Amino acid sequence: MKPAARLTLFGVAAVTFAVIVGSAVADIRPNDWYADFVNRVTVPERQITDAVTAVNFDIRGFDTLGEEFIMFASVLGVALLLRRHRDERDGPPRDRAQGRDIPPPSDAVRILTVALVGPVVLFGIYVVAHGQVTPGGGFQGGVVLATAPLLIYLAGEYQSLCRLAPRWLMESAEALGAGGYAIVGAIGMLRAERFLENWMPLGRAGDVFSGGSVALIDWTVGLEVAGGFILLLLIFLEETLVRRDPA
Amino acid sequence: MTWLPYAVAIWLFLVGIYGVITSRHFVHLIICLSVVQSSTYVLLLGIGYRVGAAAPVFVDIPPGTPAVDPVVQALMLTDVVVEVTVTALLLALAVLAHERTGKLDPNKLGILRG
Repeated sequence: MKPAARLTLFGVAAVTFAVIVGSAVADIRPNDWYADFVNRVTVPERQITDAVTAVNFDIRGFDTLGEEFIMFASVLGVALLLRRHRDERDGPPRDRAQGRDIPPPSDAVRILTVALVGPVVLFGIYVVAHGQVTPGGGFQGGVVLATAPLLIYLAGEYQSLCRLAPRWLMESAEALGAGGYAIVGAIGMLRAERFLENWMPLGRAGDVFSGGSVALIDWTVGLEVAGGFILLLLIFLEETLVRRDPA
Repeated sequence: MTWLPYAVAIWLFLVGIYGVITSRHFVHLIICLSVVQSSTYVLLLGIGYRVGAAAPVFVDIPPGTPAVDPVVQALMLTDVVVEVTVTALLLALAVLAHERTGKLDPNKLGILRG
Protein backbone atom coordinates (compact mmCIF):
# COMPACT_ATOMS: atom_id res chain seq x y z
CA MET A 1 0.00 0.00 0.00
CA LYS A 2 1.26 3.47 -0.88
CA PRO A 3 2.02 5.85 2.04
CA ALA A 4 -0.61 8.34 0.89
CA ALA A 5 -3.34 5.71 0.70
CA ARG A 6 -2.29 4.40 4.07
CA LEU A 7 -2.51 7.86 5.63
CA THR A 8 -5.95 8.48 4.12
CA LEU A 9 -7.18 5.19 5.51
CA PHE A 10 -5.72 6.09 8.89
CA GLY A 11 -7.37 9.53 8.83
CA VAL A 12 -10.82 8.06 8.20
CA ALA A 13 -10.33 5.36 10.83
CA ALA A 14 -8.92 7.85 13.38
CA VAL A 15 -11.90 10.22 13.08
CA THR A 16 -14.35 7.32 13.35
CA PHE A 17 -12.51 5.91 16.35
CA ALA A 18 -12.37 9.29 18.12
CA VAL A 19 -16.11 9.89 17.58
CA ILE A 20 -17.15 6.40 18.74
CA VAL A 21 -14.88 6.32 21.81
CA GLY A 22 -15.70 9.94 22.62
CA SER A 23 -19.44 9.24 22.64
CA ALA A 24 -18.83 6.06 24.64
CA VAL A 25 -16.89 7.82 27.43
CA ALA A 26 -19.28 10.80 27.41
CA ASP A 27 -21.75 8.92 29.59
CA ILE A 28 -19.34 6.61 31.38
CA ARG A 29 -20.26 5.90 34.99
CA PRO A 30 -17.54 4.64 37.33
CA ASN A 31 -18.54 1.57 39.29
CA ASP A 32 -18.58 3.27 42.66
CA TRP A 33 -20.41 0.45 44.36
CA TYR A 34 -17.72 -2.12 43.64
CA ALA A 35 -14.86 0.25 44.48
CA ASP A 36 -16.45 1.17 47.81
CA PHE A 37 -17.14 -2.48 48.57
CA VAL A 38 -13.49 -3.44 47.94
CA ASN A 39 -12.21 -0.51 49.98
CA ARG A 40 -14.51 -1.45 52.87
CA VAL A 41 -13.80 -5.19 53.12
CA THR A 42 -10.02 -5.49 52.70
CA VAL A 43 -9.08 -4.46 56.23
CA PRO A 44 -11.74 -6.37 58.25
CA GLU A 45 -11.81 -9.45 55.99
CA ARG A 46 -8.14 -9.86 55.05
CA GLN A 47 -6.15 -7.51 57.35
CA ILE A 48 -4.69 -5.90 54.21
CA THR A 49 -4.40 -2.11 54.34
CA ASP A 50 -3.33 -1.64 50.70
CA ALA A 51 -6.51 -2.24 48.71
CA VAL A 52 -4.59 -2.42 45.41
CA THR A 53 -2.57 -5.41 46.65
CA ALA A 54 -5.76 -6.99 47.97
CA VAL A 55 -7.34 -6.72 44.52
CA ASN A 56 -4.23 -8.02 42.77
CA PHE A 57 -3.45 -11.04 44.88
CA ASP A 58 -6.72 -11.93 46.60
CA ILE A 59 -9.95 -10.60 45.09
CA ARG A 60 -8.72 -10.96 41.52
CA GLY A 61 -5.78 -13.23 42.27
CA PHE A 62 -6.55 -15.61 39.43
CA ASP A 63 -6.30 -12.79 36.86
CA THR A 64 -2.90 -11.82 38.23
CA LEU A 65 -1.77 -15.43 37.88
CA GLY A 66 -2.63 -15.15 34.20
CA GLU A 67 -0.80 -11.82 33.88
CA GLU A 68 2.21 -13.32 35.53
CA PHE A 69 2.31 -16.14 33.04
CA ILE A 70 2.15 -13.65 30.15
CA MET A 71 5.35 -12.23 31.62
CA PHE A 72 6.84 -15.69 32.10
CA ALA A 73 6.06 -16.61 28.50
CA SER A 74 7.58 -13.39 27.11
CA VAL A 75 10.83 -13.83 29.04
CA LEU A 76 10.92 -17.44 27.86
CA GLY A 77 10.36 -16.24 24.31
CA VAL A 78 13.27 -13.78 24.51
CA ALA A 79 15.56 -16.50 25.89
CA LEU A 80 14.47 -18.83 23.08
CA LEU A 81 14.80 -16.28 20.25
CA LEU A 82 18.21 -14.94 21.29
CA ARG A 83 19.83 -18.26 22.16
CA ARG A 84 23.22 -18.91 20.67
CA HIS A 85 22.99 -20.79 17.42
CA ARG A 86 25.27 -23.71 16.75
CA ASP A 87 26.93 -22.19 13.71
CA GLU A 88 27.69 -18.86 15.41
CA ARG A 89 31.14 -18.06 16.70
CA ASP A 90 32.39 -15.31 18.96
CA GLY A 91 34.28 -12.68 17.10
CA PRO A 92 35.31 -9.05 17.42
CA PRO A 93 32.58 -6.56 16.51
CA ARG A 94 32.94 -4.93 13.14
CA ASP A 95 32.71 -1.42 14.59
CA ARG A 96 35.62 -1.81 17.02
CA ALA A 97 39.26 -1.03 16.41
CA GLN A 98 41.59 -4.00 16.87
CA GLY A 99 44.01 -4.04 19.78
CA ARG A 100 42.43 -1.13 21.60
CA ASP A 101 40.63 -1.56 24.91
CA ILE A 102 37.33 0.08 25.82
CA PRO A 103 38.13 2.77 28.43
CA PRO A 104 36.89 1.78 31.91
CA PRO A 105 34.20 3.91 33.60
CA SER A 106 35.48 6.75 35.75
CA ASP A 107 36.09 6.31 39.47
CA ALA A 108 33.16 8.57 40.32
CA VAL A 109 30.73 6.35 38.37
CA ARG A 110 32.17 3.19 39.93
CA ILE A 111 31.98 4.47 43.52
CA LEU A 112 28.48 5.88 43.10
CA THR A 113 27.00 2.77 41.49
CA VAL A 114 28.68 0.30 43.84
CA ALA A 115 27.57 2.37 46.84
CA LEU A 116 24.00 2.34 45.54
CA VAL A 117 23.75 -1.46 45.18
CA GLY A 118 23.21 -2.15 48.89
CA PRO A 119 20.51 0.48 49.50
CA VAL A 120 18.70 -0.55 46.30
CA VAL A 121 18.57 -4.22 47.33
CA LEU A 122 17.37 -3.27 50.82
CA PHE A 123 14.73 -0.94 49.40
CA GLY A 124 13.53 -3.64 46.98
CA ILE A 125 13.14 -6.16 49.80
CA TYR A 126 11.32 -3.51 51.85
CA VAL A 127 8.88 -2.78 49.03
CA VAL A 128 8.16 -6.49 48.46
CA ALA A 129 7.73 -7.21 52.18
CA HIS A 130 5.33 -4.32 52.81
CA GLY A 131 3.11 -4.92 49.77
CA GLN A 132 0.04 -5.64 51.87
CA VAL A 133 0.59 -2.64 54.19
CA THR A 134 1.69 0.30 52.03
CA PRO A 135 1.86 0.91 48.27
CA GLY A 136 4.23 -1.63 46.81
CA GLY A 137 4.33 -5.38 46.43
CA GLY A 138 5.93 -8.07 44.34
CA PHE A 139 5.71 -6.33 40.99
CA GLN A 140 7.17 -3.01 42.11
CA GLY A 141 9.74 -4.48 44.52
CA GLY A 142 10.86 -7.01 41.92
CA VAL A 143 11.63 -4.24 39.45
CA VAL A 144 13.54 -2.31 42.13
CA LEU A 145 15.56 -5.43 42.95
CA ALA A 146 16.35 -5.96 39.27
CA THR A 147 18.06 -2.55 39.06
CA ALA A 148 20.87 -3.76 41.36
CA PRO A 149 22.57 -5.92 38.66
CA LEU A 150 22.15 -3.06 36.21
CA LEU A 151 24.12 -0.85 38.62
CA ILE A 152 26.84 -3.49 38.84
CA TYR A 153 27.03 -3.52 35.06
CA LEU A 154 27.22 0.29 34.93
CA ALA A 155 30.19 0.11 37.32
CA GLY A 156 32.01 -1.79 34.59
CA GLU A 157 31.89 -5.07 36.49
CA TYR A 158 30.35 -7.31 33.85
CA GLN A 159 32.38 -10.31 35.00
CA SER A 160 31.24 -9.94 38.62
CA LEU A 161 27.67 -9.51 37.39
CA CYS A 162 27.91 -12.90 35.67
CA ARG A 163 29.33 -14.38 38.88
CA LEU A 164 26.76 -12.79 41.23
CA ALA A 165 23.71 -13.39 39.06
CA PRO A 166 24.45 -16.38 36.82
CA ARG A 167 21.86 -17.29 34.27
CA TRP A 168 20.86 -20.63 35.79
CA LEU A 169 20.14 -18.92 39.13
CA MET A 170 17.94 -16.25 37.54
CA GLU A 171 16.14 -18.88 35.46
CA SER A 172 15.42 -20.91 38.60
CA ALA A 173 14.29 -17.80 40.50
CA GLU A 174 11.86 -16.92 37.75
CA ALA A 175 10.51 -20.45 37.46
CA LEU A 176 10.26 -20.79 41.24
CA GLY A 177 8.35 -17.51 41.45
CA ALA A 178 5.88 -18.44 38.72
CA GLY A 179 5.38 -21.95 40.07
CA GLY A 180 5.22 -20.71 43.66
CA TYR A 181 2.18 -18.55 42.90
CA ALA A 182 0.33 -21.55 41.47
CA ILE A 183 1.45 -23.74 44.39
CA VAL A 184 0.19 -21.22 46.98
CA GLY A 185 -3.12 -21.25 45.12
CA ALA A 186 -3.21 -25.04 45.00
CA ILE A 187 -2.53 -25.32 48.74
CA GLY A 188 -5.55 -23.08 49.18
CA MET A 189 -7.55 -25.63 47.22
CA LEU A 190 -6.36 -28.46 49.47
CA ARG A 191 -6.77 -26.71 52.80
CA ALA A 192 -9.62 -24.28 52.22
CA GLU A 193 -11.45 -25.91 49.29
CA ARG A 194 -10.96 -23.03 46.81
CA PHE A 195 -8.09 -22.04 44.54
CA LEU A 196 -6.13 -19.08 46.00
CA GLU A 197 -8.27 -19.11 49.16
CA ASN A 198 -6.34 -17.79 52.15
CA TRP A 199 -4.81 -20.59 54.24
CA MET A 200 -2.34 -18.74 56.46
CA PRO A 201 -2.97 -16.85 59.71
CA LEU A 202 -4.19 -13.37 58.80
CA GLY A 203 -2.23 -11.45 61.44
CA ARG A 204 -3.07 -7.86 62.32
CA ALA A 205 -3.60 -5.12 59.75
CA GLY A 206 -0.54 -2.88 59.44
CA ASP A 207 2.00 -5.54 60.45
CA VAL A 208 4.60 -6.92 58.07
CA PHE A 209 3.21 -10.39 58.81
CA SER A 210 -0.38 -9.73 57.84
CA GLY A 211 -2.64 -10.58 54.96
CA GLY A 212 -2.17 -14.38 55.19
CA SER A 213 -1.19 -16.04 51.94
CA VAL A 214 -1.22 -12.68 50.11
CA ALA A 215 2.12 -11.90 51.76
CA LEU A 216 3.48 -15.21 50.48
CA ILE A 217 2.21 -14.49 46.96
CA ASP A 218 3.92 -11.08 47.18
CA TRP A 219 7.24 -12.84 47.65
CA THR A 220 6.71 -15.31 44.80
CA VAL A 221 5.78 -12.47 42.44
CA GLY A 222 8.78 -10.43 43.58
CA LEU A 223 11.02 -13.42 42.91
CA GLU A 224 9.57 -13.93 39.46
CA VAL A 225 9.69 -10.27 38.40
CA ALA A 226 13.25 -9.78 39.68
CA GLY A 227 14.43 -13.05 38.11
CA GLY A 228 12.71 -12.33 34.81
CA PHE A 229 14.04 -8.79 34.51
CA ILE A 230 17.61 -9.77 35.39
CA LEU A 231 17.38 -12.63 32.91
CA LEU A 232 16.29 -10.19 30.19
CA LEU A 233 19.20 -7.93 31.14
CA LEU A 234 21.69 -10.80 30.95
CA ILE A 235 20.36 -12.02 27.61
CA PHE A 236 20.50 -8.61 25.96
CA LEU A 237 23.94 -7.84 27.44
CA GLU A 238 25.25 -11.15 26.14
CA GLU A 239 23.76 -10.36 22.76
CA THR A 240 25.71 -7.10 22.54
CA LEU A 241 28.84 -7.82 24.59
CA VAL A 242 29.82 -11.45 24.79
CA ARG A 243 28.79 -12.82 21.46
CA ARG A 244 30.87 -10.26 19.65
CA ASP A 245 33.57 -9.77 22.22
CA PRO A 246 36.43 -12.25 22.55
CA ALA A 247 36.66 -11.62 26.33
CA MET B 1 -15.21 14.29 36.63
CA THR B 2 -13.69 15.93 33.57
CA TRP B 3 -13.31 15.03 29.91
CA LEU B 4 -9.58 15.80 29.79
CA PRO B 5 -8.15 12.32 30.68
CA TYR B 6 -10.40 10.68 28.08
CA ALA B 7 -9.28 13.17 25.44
CA VAL B 8 -5.65 12.49 26.36
CA ALA B 9 -6.27 8.73 26.16
CA ILE B 10 -7.83 8.96 22.69
CA TRP B 11 -5.04 11.28 21.50
CA LEU B 12 -2.29 8.98 22.84
CA PHE B 13 -3.91 5.98 21.15
CA LEU B 14 -4.21 7.72 17.78
CA VAL B 15 -0.77 9.31 17.85
CA GLY B 16 0.74 5.90 18.68
CA ILE B 17 -1.10 4.21 15.81
CA TYR B 18 0.05 7.01 13.49
CA GLY B 19 3.63 6.30 14.59
CA VAL B 20 3.17 2.59 13.90
CA ILE B 21 1.83 3.01 10.36
CA THR B 22 4.41 5.61 9.31
CA SER B 23 7.34 3.88 11.03
CA ARG B 24 10.57 3.23 9.14
CA HIS B 25 12.40 1.47 11.94
CA PHE B 26 11.43 -1.52 14.08
CA VAL B 27 12.65 0.01 17.35
CA HIS B 28 10.63 3.15 16.62
CA LEU B 29 7.61 0.97 15.85
CA ILE B 30 7.92 -0.91 19.14
CA ILE B 31 8.17 2.32 21.14
CA CYS B 32 5.06 3.58 19.33
CA LEU B 33 3.24 0.43 20.43
CA SER B 34 4.05 1.24 24.05
CA VAL B 35 2.64 4.74 23.49
CA VAL B 36 -0.58 3.09 22.29
CA GLN B 37 -0.62 0.94 25.38
CA SER B 38 -0.05 3.86 27.73
CA SER B 39 -3.34 5.32 26.51
CA THR B 40 -5.08 2.47 28.33
CA TYR B 41 -3.38 3.51 31.57
CA VAL B 42 -4.69 7.07 31.26
CA LEU B 43 -8.16 5.76 30.42
CA LEU B 44 -8.26 3.36 33.39
CA LEU B 45 -6.94 5.90 35.89
CA GLY B 46 -9.39 8.49 34.54
CA ILE B 47 -12.29 6.10 35.12
CA GLY B 48 -11.18 5.24 38.64
CA TYR B 49 -10.42 8.78 39.82
CA ARG B 50 -12.81 10.43 42.26
CA VAL B 51 -12.56 14.08 43.25
CA GLY B 52 -11.62 14.63 46.89
CA ALA B 53 -11.00 10.93 47.60
CA ALA B 54 -7.90 9.46 49.26
CA ALA B 55 -5.52 6.83 47.92
CA PRO B 56 -6.86 3.30 48.60
CA VAL B 57 -4.32 2.64 51.37
CA PHE B 58 -5.84 2.43 54.83
CA VAL B 59 -2.78 2.54 57.05
CA ASP B 60 -3.33 6.01 58.48
CA ILE B 61 -6.94 6.58 57.44
CA PRO B 62 -9.87 4.49 58.78
CA PRO B 63 -11.42 1.91 56.41
CA GLY B 64 -14.52 3.38 54.83
CA THR B 65 -12.94 6.76 54.03
CA PRO B 66 -13.84 7.67 50.44
CA ALA B 67 -10.96 6.43 48.27
CA VAL B 68 -10.32 6.10 44.55
CA ASP B 69 -11.12 2.85 42.76
CA PRO B 70 -8.40 0.28 43.59
CA VAL B 71 -9.51 -2.17 40.89
CA VAL B 72 -8.37 -0.10 37.90
CA GLN B 73 -5.11 0.71 39.67
CA ALA B 74 -4.45 -2.99 40.21
CA LEU B 75 -5.17 -3.70 36.52
CA MET B 76 -2.72 -0.99 35.49
CA LEU B 77 0.00 -1.96 37.89
CA THR B 78 0.42 -5.51 36.62
CA ASP B 79 0.17 -4.32 33.05
CA VAL B 80 3.06 -1.87 33.37
CA VAL B 81 5.44 -4.67 34.36
CA VAL B 82 4.08 -7.16 31.83
CA GLU B 83 4.31 -4.58 29.03
CA VAL B 84 8.04 -4.17 29.56
CA THR B 85 8.66 -7.88 29.09
CA VAL B 86 6.44 -7.98 26.00
CA THR B 87 8.43 -5.03 24.63
CA ALA B 88 11.61 -7.02 25.26
CA LEU B 89 10.12 -9.93 23.30
CA LEU B 90 9.32 -7.62 20.37
CA LEU B 91 12.84 -6.16 20.46
CA ALA B 92 14.26 -9.69 20.37
CA LEU B 93 12.16 -10.29 17.24
CA ALA B 94 13.63 -7.10 15.75
CA VAL B 95 17.16 -8.35 16.51
CA LEU B 96 16.38 -11.64 14.75
CA ALA B 97 14.86 -9.88 11.75
CA HIS B 98 18.01 -7.81 11.42
CA GLU B 99 20.20 -10.90 11.73
CA ARG B 100 18.26 -12.75 9.05
CA THR B 101 17.68 -9.98 6.51
CA GLY B 102 20.01 -7.14 7.48
CA LYS B 103 17.06 -4.74 7.41
CA LEU B 104 15.18 -2.87 10.12
CA ASP B 105 12.63 -1.04 7.97
CA PRO B 106 9.23 -2.78 8.16
CA ASN B 107 8.38 -1.52 4.67
CA LYS B 108 11.33 -3.38 3.17
CA LEU B 109 10.51 -6.68 4.84
CA GLY B 110 8.09 -7.86 2.20
CA ILE B 111 9.30 -11.43 1.78
CA LEU B 112 8.23 -14.39 3.87
CA ARG B 113 10.85 -17.08 4.29
CA GLY B 114 10.85 -20.39 6.10
